[in-house]
Amino acid sequence: MTSNRAGNALHLRTLAQLRTGLADGEFSSRELTETLLARIDHHQGSLNAFVTVTADAALAQAAIADANRAAGKGGPLNGLPIVHKDLFCTKGVRTTCGSRILRDFVSPYDAAVVSRLADAGAIMLGKTNMDEFAMGSSNETSFFGPVTNPWDTRLSPGGSSGGSAAAVAARLVPAATGTDTGGSIRQPAALTGTVGLKPTYGRVSRFGMVAFASSLDQAGVITRSAEDAALLMNAMAGIDARDSTSADQPVPDYTAGLADSVKGLRIGMVRQHFDAGLNAACADRVRASLRALEEAGASLVEVDLPSIGLSVPTYYVVAPAECSSNLSRFDGVRFGHRAENPKDLLDLYCRSRGEGFGAEVKRRIMTGTYVLSAGYYDAYYLKAQKVRQLISRDFSETFAKVDIIAGPTAPTTAFALGEKTDDPITMYLNDIYTIGANLAGLPGISLPCGFVDDLPVGLQLVGPHFAEARLLSCAHQYQQLTDWHSRGPEDYA
Amino acid sequence: MSGRWEVVIGLEIHTQLATRSKIFSGSSTAYGAEPNTQANLVDLGYPGVLPVLNAEVVRMAAKFGLAINARVAERSIFARKNYFYPDLPKGYQISQYELPIVEGGELHILDENGVEKRIGITRAHLEEDAGKSIHTGFENSSGIDLNRAGTPLLEIVSEPELGSAKEAVAYMRKIHSIVRYLEISDGNMQEGSFRCDANVSVRPLGQEKLGTRAEIKNLNSFRFVEKAINFEVERQIEIIEDGGEVVQETRLYDSDNDETRSMRSKEEANDYRYFPDPDLLPVVLDAEFIEAVRQTLPELPDAKKQRFVDRYELKEADADILTVSRPLSDYFEVVVEKSATRPQLAANWVIGDLSALLNKDGLDIQDSHIAADALAVLLNRIADNTISGKIAKEVFDAMWAGEGTADEIIAAKGLQQITDNSAIEAIVDAVIDANPGQVAEYRAGKDRLLGFFVGQVMKETGGKANPGQVNEIIRQKLS
Repeated sequence: MTSNRAGNALHLRTLAQLRTGLADGEFSSRELTETLLARIDHHQGSLNAFVTVTADAALAQAAIADANRAAGKGGPLNGLPIVHKDLFCTKGVRTTCGSRILRDFVSPYDAAVVSRLADAGAIMLGKTNMDEFAMGSSNETSFFGPVTNPWDTRLSPGGSSGGSAAAVAARLVPAATGTDTGGSIRQPAALTGTVGLKPTYGRVSRFGMVAFASSLDQAGVITRSAEDAALLMNAMAGIDARDSTSADQPVPDYTAGLADSVKGLRIGMVRQHFDAGLNAACADRVRASLRALEEAGASLVEVDLPSIGLSVPTYYVVAPAECSSNLSRFDGVRFGHRAENPKDLLDLYCRSRGEGFGAEVKRRIMTGTYVLSAGYYDAYYLKAQKVRQLISRDFSETFAKVDIIAGPTAPTTAFALGEKTDDPITMYLNDIYTIGANLAGLPGISLPCGFVDDLPVGLQLVGPHFAEARLLSCAHQYQQLTDWHSRGPEDYA
Repeated sequence: MSGRWEVVIGLEIHTQLATRSKIFSGSSTAYGAEPNTQANLVDLGYPGVLPVLNAEVVRMAAKFGLAINARVAERSIFARKNYFYPDLPKGYQISQYELPIVEGGELHILDENGVEKRIGITRAHLEEDAGKSIHTGFENSSGIDLNRAGTPLLEIVSEPELGSAKEAVAYMRKIHSIVRYLEISDGNMQEGSFRCDANVSVRPLGQEKLGTRAEIKNLNSFRFVEKAINFEVERQIEIIEDGGEVVQETRLYDSDNDETRSMRSKEEANDYRYFPDPDLLPVVLDAEFIEAVRQTLPELPDAKKQRFVDRYELKEADADILTVSRPLSDYFEVVVEKSATRPQLAANWVIGDLSALLNKDGLDIQDSHIAADALAVLLNRIADNTISGKIAKEVFDAMWAGEGTADEIIAAKGLQQITDNSAIEAIVDAVIDANPGQVAEYRAGKDRLLGFFVGQVMKETGGKANPGQVNEIIRQKLS
């Protein structure tokens, strides 16, 4: 079984397969869009994966895509359906960030990611649910309620791009955008059995992506195959004059090297990522997947990232610091939720923000405000920045020896909704293997590598800066050897 | 003020840089538009938008740094200054904190005694301006105009080395002059393009430790700077002499009542939680860039003043006045270049008669009714004895009134000087004949009466007789 095996039903097909079907005239974009909109509608009640479904606009776009195709026009993604995490600004369609404070916010412009995918011909079916302002690892902090995991709706799909991951896993859409600040693409991909790619910091423009932690945030994709991630990256990647931190680096054709063999590829297994915190059964699955790559010609090396153990505390200083400042603009003055009948300016601020933000966002704003305060800045923020340098150095030293670093994406399979909500530290530790890549700005991908108790396990590959093509190629090769990524939850077949 | 006190002042000058667009967005910086018509999504702090640095701003700051002999940083960092205010859309101001673009400069002023004094400039950093809160015309609420939000500012921070209100004003004038020479700011104080905060403290003469300072915010005229500082110095001395203690606080100057008032104390001050702005990359300038900027530096006021003294032999004070602004000094040099007159005479005309008329009509030198080359022609007519200096004033006024060129006016009004000896002699003879009494007195030794005869002759000729010749002839005839 391979990823190229075309399922009969449209919703089971990958983007690559759909593209072929559209090109061959097997079905139209309109039929495809209608099919998926019906599935979204049908399963919204059980999954709550969407905040907004843009059915009418999608159907209108599909008609245009069909007309373009008939005229021999249209971009590389012409007529292919996609959904966006609800923190990418979409002109005329509300962008809530999963927050009450932006419940009715309609952006007057499109995010770079949104317009690039639209320019390539992709059709947006809707906006997906997420942890509020991307702060969370379980999708339970959303003002619009938690998203459930299609593999078991009592479980969390992970977060913060949980809506995107659940929608792709449940075969409601073939692909979704996400954002990853500390693991928010890779962890939900792992927990839902999907592919999640977080590109190098700066590879994809952040323009129009509502900021959580600006030095860590990066837009990426959740798909069902590495090949599909490559197709989307071809449209999304590249410098953007509107984002000073976007990288002036050539964009390769990410599909070009997918067929490259893993022979000679040096894969480093991070000793610290196979520690006591990792569920033993999950560890077995990850090891087995790496052995499969070894058998295909890759070499496995044990490597050390001595400072990686400091990544969670470092992250929980840097990210809240930046978020405390980034979220200051939500003050009830120009947009977003505004308290009724404020008695003075302070009351307007306090109540608008008090009513508008949820508990986890408030916790992080307070933490961030604290670590930046006079007298604490050096001990927290500055020290965290220094540790961040150490972590980056660990990675760059390791990449002198290996081509890819591999290990688990998350310590366990999906956990129950409500299980960790009272214990933020345990919740934060769910990102222990993913945060390092954000702190160092490295690309990472999570791909399905098996099941434990019928729940998916994720294998994480991390590469040097701008080595997305290498990660995608390795992931694609793995998906030629295995069919984990083709398996979907039975209830959503 | 008692002589036992030493005054210590440091100024933070905010100069608006004269770019067409804002520091981090493409909106126009033009002054006076309808509220909120020059604020785009970046200026409004919309979710998802990002700042992009205007390269021109960096070039201007570097130019200033070089002009004050400072270090232009190879690497500088933008930081966020966090505080909540309705006219601050993002909830933070993008500024520079730990690594500013300019550090360690200096300039020279004349102190109270006219002695040259060096004033250190700690730093100059780039930042964005906030918007404007409008508290009138709204019922139970305030209006916000964000046109100004994101306007580029260069904040220039002096060392606490200014010893009096007068020195502070001299320093501020010098900075004002430099930024306009560099053409990096229009320096328009009415429109808020050039304003300052003054940190003022006093200490007993001879004491090492600085006194507690008060910061007076937002002074937007040279006169207010002087008055506010003088008031503040008196206030602080009075407190200490009465056995009290000055508290560290921010104060506002009320120009209507000529006093400063407390705005907020140190305890109420914001903790701005500065940290590097992750949306902007460090500004990295290489030696080549800095050298290229250096090539664009014009001759600066101090150098020009010295050149005027050396080359034109001007009085130092006059050279000082003429070099305060670049257009004024340019005007003067055109007059000198195009006329055969002595430069000091040209300077007298520019500083005296011309400046008086400009001031009267509230005009800048660029808007003078009399162009520099036109004034040069007038001065040439004095030099070649066509008219006297006195008649020249009359011609000058007519030129200002738009009655024509110097030559046209001289011709039309018949103002040409009488230089024909026989004509003058005839008039002198008539005056002598008409005043026998004075002639007798003069001959008896009352030399002072020479002026009387000259006056009579000038009166007869309507001031047109050449005064030198008149003197000469009268002397001859009466000797």
